[in-house]
Amino acid sequence: MINKKVANVTEALKGVADSMTFMFGGFGLSGIPENAIAELVKLNIINLTCISNNAGVDDFGLGLLLQQKQIKKMISSYVGENDEFERQMLSGELDVELIPQGTLAERARAAQAGFPAFYTPAGYGTEVAEGKEIREFDGKMYVLEHAFNADFGFIKAWKGDAAGNLIFKGTARNFNPNMCGAAKITVAEVEELVPVGELDPNQIHIPGIFVQRIFKGEHFEKRIEQRTVRQRQ
Amino acid sequence: MLDKNGIAKRIAKEVKDGDYVNLGIGIPTLVANFVREDIEVEFQSENGVLGMGPFPFEGEEDADLINAGKQTITTLPGASFFDSATSFAMIRGKHVDLTILGAMEVSEDGDIANWKIPGKMVKGMGGAMDLVASAENIIVAMMHTNRAGASKLLKKCTLPLTGVGCVKKIVTNLAVIEVTPKGFKLLERAPGVSVAAIKEATEGQLIIEGDIPEMDL
Repeated sequence: MINKKVANVTEALKGVADSMTFMFGGFGLSGIPENAIAELVKLNIINLTCISNNAGVDDFGLGLLLQQKQIKKMISSYVGENDEFERQMLSGELDVELIPQGTLAERARAAQAGFPAFYTPAGYGTEVAEGKEIREFDGKMYVLEHAFNADFGFIKAWKGDAAGNLIFKGTARNFNPNMCGAAKITVAEVEELVPVGELDPNQIHIPGIFVQRIFKGEHFEKRIEQRTVRQRQ
Repeated sequence: MLDKNGIAKRIAKEVKDGDYVNLGIGIPTLVANFVREDIEVEFQSENGVLGMGPFPFEGEEDADLINAGKQTITTLPGASFFDSATSFAMIRGKHVDLTILGAMEVSEDGDIANWKIPGKMVKGMGGAMDLVASAENIIVAMMHTNRAGASKLLKKCTLPLTGVGCVKKIVTNLAVIEVTPKGFKLLERAPGVSVAAIKEATEGQLIIEGDIPEMDL
């Protein structure tokens, strides 16, 4: 067993620096690497390029990095729900690249899987396709999109072991598995770090080979963005 | 004239037995409430769930179980979870049968705009560009006119596009309209709405052939 376990978040984030590109798992606030984000806030490194489907809310998730103006550029698919983000974007302080959600997932997966680029129909005929190579296959038009190139990938999983194997829960899975192994260094934080051998190899979502560092997150708030319920009859 | 629930109710009639359906945020989300109970339909949410159920009972909300609108949800028997790349493989690969989404503008060529108002509102496209680029059957749910009273069914979209030539059908508070190579074809009127009123509220070419029936809700 190759040991990927590190003692804590400080050790897990060793090597992060100004001007780096990071990927973050999560959809809305679900399945975001809360502990890594908190540590980045503490380190206060700047000029970051962040790849994440969303940009958090004003006071949680990546919104915390935005508040401190640590982010130079954001690559996302949907950035509603965050007033500070919208303010920085419209004023030009923040560089924003909005891309289709499936393209975001696939650009991560392409990086993970060793594909430099791929063609997708998403965005053809829109401003997303401007300046990109367009190619026709069987009468339909496609846009060439490139794999991401990031320094660190920050992942949140439910369970993991020291070998780096990961299991996700519910819709907190989202972009997390696609981003494992997609950056130079993949850092996974888990709610439960179980002894090696305890996870059933049949049930593992991401094999440890895609993960360089794993640690048990000290605190998970797991905030709910839109609490919707129905009444009991 | 229909309200948002009325639009959702009419669209629910388009859902067929055995359909995998992706519902967008807003009016489309309401469609799930009106689908006939004697047919089997599975709702896909692009953040990674198939077999989405209703909202949870109070106290049973789970931060690890949300839909694409970030609302807490439940799952039904037979549900599954998957990663985002797999989710969009379902969408791009045309495994999802029906896509229902909102729009700011639709053109008579079937172009749709729903993600950006330059200089004013930039929320992003989310999964909409992937959905409209691949789905074979796209229904737009929206009001016929915007808050200023201007038509949202145009000759050409004025806002940045989400996709080109993709919308097949539009259900608004006033009408059911099919997008044809010749323009918007009026299929049905909302209860109490005249053909003249629909024509008045439609900027694009409106094709009216014969008697236009009232919607059967």
